[in-house]
Amino acid sequence: MNLDDKKSVLSATNNRLAWKLSLIVLAGLLFAFAIAPLYDLLCKELGLNGRADSTMTASDKHMKIDKTRWVTVIFTGNTMPGLAWSFSPAQTSLRVHPGEITLTSYMAKNNGADSELGVAVPSVTPELAALYFKKIECFCFKQQTLKSGESKKMPVLFYVKPDLPADVNTVTLNYAFYNGVTSLGQAALTQAGETPIKVN
Amino acid sequence: MSTTTATHHDDHAHDSHGHPTGLMRWVKSTNHKDIGTMYLWFSFAMFLFAGAMAMGIRAELFQPGLQFVQPETFNQLTTLHGLIMIFGAIMPAFVGFANWQVPLMIGAPDMAFPRLNNMSFWLLIPAAILLIASIFVPGGAVAGGWTMYPPLSVQGGMSVDMSVFALHILGVSSIVGSINIITTIFNMRAPGMTLMKMPMFVWTWLITAYLLIAAMPVLAGALTMLITDRHFGTHFFNAAGGGDPVLFQHVFWFFGHPEVYIMILPAFGILSTIIPTFARKPLFGYASMVYATAAIAVLSFVVWAHHMFTTGMPVAGQLFFMYSTMLISVPTGVKVFNWLATMWKGSMTFETPMLFSIAVVFLFTIGGFSGLVCAILPVDIQLQDTYYVVAHFHYVLFSGAAMAIMGGVYYWLPKWTGHMYDEKLGKWHFWLTTIAFNVTFFPMHFTGLAGMPRRIPDYSQQFAEFNMISSLGAFALGLSQLLFLYVVIKCIRGGEKATNQVWEGAHGLEWTVASPAPFHTFETPPQVK
Repeated sequence: MNLDDKKSVLSATNNRLAWKLSLIVLAGLLFAFAIAPLYDLLCKELGLNGRADSTMTASDKHMKIDKTRWVTVIFTGNTMPGLAWSFSPAQTSLRVHPGEITLTSYMAKNNGADSELGVAVPSVTPELAALYFKKIECFCFKQQTLKSGESKKMPVLFYVKPDLPADVNTVTLNYAFYNGVTSLGQAALTQAGETPIKVN
Repeated sequence: MSTTTATHHDDHAHDSHGHPTGLMRWVKSTNHKDIGTMYLWFSFAMFLFAGAMAMGIRAELFQPGLQFVQPETFNQLTTLHGLIMIFGAIMPAFVGFANWQVPLMIGAPDMAFPRLNNMSFWLLIPAAILLIASIFVPGGAVAGGWTMYPPLSVQGGMSVDMSVFALHILGVSSIVGSINIITTIFNMRAPGMTLMKMPMFVWTWLITAYLLIAAMPVLAGALTMLITDRHFGTHFFNAAGGGDPVLFQHVFWFFGHPEVYIMILPAFGILSTIIPTFARKPLFGYASMVYATAAIAVLSFVVWAHHMFTTGMPVAGQLFFMYSTMLISVPTGVKVFNWLATMWKGSMTFETPMLFSIAVVFLFTIGGFSGLVCAILPVDIQLQDTYYVVAHFHYVLFSGAAMAIMGGVYYWLPKWTGHMYDEKLGKWHFWLTTIAFNVTFFPMHFTGLAGMPRRIPDYSQQFAEFNMISSLGAFALGLSQLLFLYVVIKCIRGGEKATNQVWEGAHGLEWTVASPAPFHTFETPPQVK
């Protein structure tokens, strides 16, 4: 084999290896995008990251109220930039028994000059409690409209499942109110508050 | 390391088709040595630029209160300092070494894909321009930290787009460069050079290149998601749309932790080359070094969430990442002990490259230990985002990676230029750098433990003394690097003629060619016994 032949054989082997290595690159890229759905799935299934199932839950008639135990539920709320509302819980905390269906509410007022559409995204802390916090009725299930200057009482009907781990004594429920007209809020509407955010 | 002999010498190296000159020699270069030189100069320019930013940071932190820069500017300085040092200074410097040394060490005439090699280098220039130009756009440069966490990076101005685009370009450059390096190492070794006879530097770069092609695309993915979130209405990281900012942290650190080892493994390779030379003994435990490097690389993909202990994770996850992180200290310890065993009872001399190497072994180990401290979950919750972390990663990145690079430059400079550098000035540079480095960063362990948060332009009075010491050290450290520049330029311009072997204890193919290494080497492959 002369030198030129050797060179062309080498360059063919080089090309083959380079293409094989590009497959690793492609796999890395695909993996990066696969992390996003995998992460959502894992968080939802395992109830991690405050991302529990927070859709409407029917009350369970057979559920026993655990009178021996108290859980403190803390309520917080905030509005995100782009929404000229004031928003806060009517009661900042409640002591409830696990299994007990409780009604509380938030107060929202539109301080802006225009009528505005808002959508609230709930989250639960600690993350582990998210799976055990159920909402029967919530203003976060649909979009809310407030006219300029209008205030509204927004109810939440909830219970904490009796099998809440024993070391959890306090659960915090937070709502972040987004502008429903901006693209962010539109997306939040399609989610209809089904995917709460995580708050530290 | 193997004993090697070159049977053929390219004495006709400055051969018939001549050697391109002028500017176009560099623009169109496909020569691994020219491209290596350009990589090294580029990274040195970026090192000085980002170093100047660090001077700004330390000037502001010299005293409590706001003196020189506003908080917005300060945040831009810390962010760009990190981004440019990592992607502009350390990574290109190692690629420069790979370009120069890998073909010489394995007896190849050039890299496998010389034109791609040219492209890898020239992609760095638009990326650097984008990063630097982003300082001057409305709103200023990125200011949310080099990690570019959302929501700040989703909300930021056009500088975020520029930086993300710059990182995309740098990613392409790194990936192409790595494919080139892997192909060169696998297909172009001289006859007789089996994988387990390769110099340790080549091994570390082979493994680093694999880390790069696996990790950089993940960063590209995260950055692409960031861009689509910013401009195309997706909600990967937007809580309002059902996304999660913490997702970005997972994807980012899945890249980010291998990146840490991308920046240190080639440094280990340089140490494993220099220490045997000046201890005049072969590298102790060569095979265990290879396996330890591979083990570090594999483990680097399963420890990422130790950067996120405080951002929310189930306890089981925290424990997994804590223990897997601690496990990395085992192969790293193997390496440190092997270097010590190499020096043990060796006939050591202390030329500048050896001084740098010994300092790196010592100081990197300090950085490794403070990393182990940060890995302990309950301790990390206290230390997260404090100056302790700043001290830790400067001990591994400056006194690990950057000082290994400096040692490597002194070690191979005679081979590159044909002249010996000024040993006296080199030693001055070493001592100034090492002392100033420790004066700068050692006190940060204390300020960090006491709770001083990083990335804040102002601080409480009680930290004033330590910060003043750190700042004085930093100014000395910055100025010392100008001496480095002077020594390098002086060496290029002239000096004592270097022999082919340069160092008495140096072994390997690169020491069989002339000094300076001719433009073309090993066109006829040497035989390795």
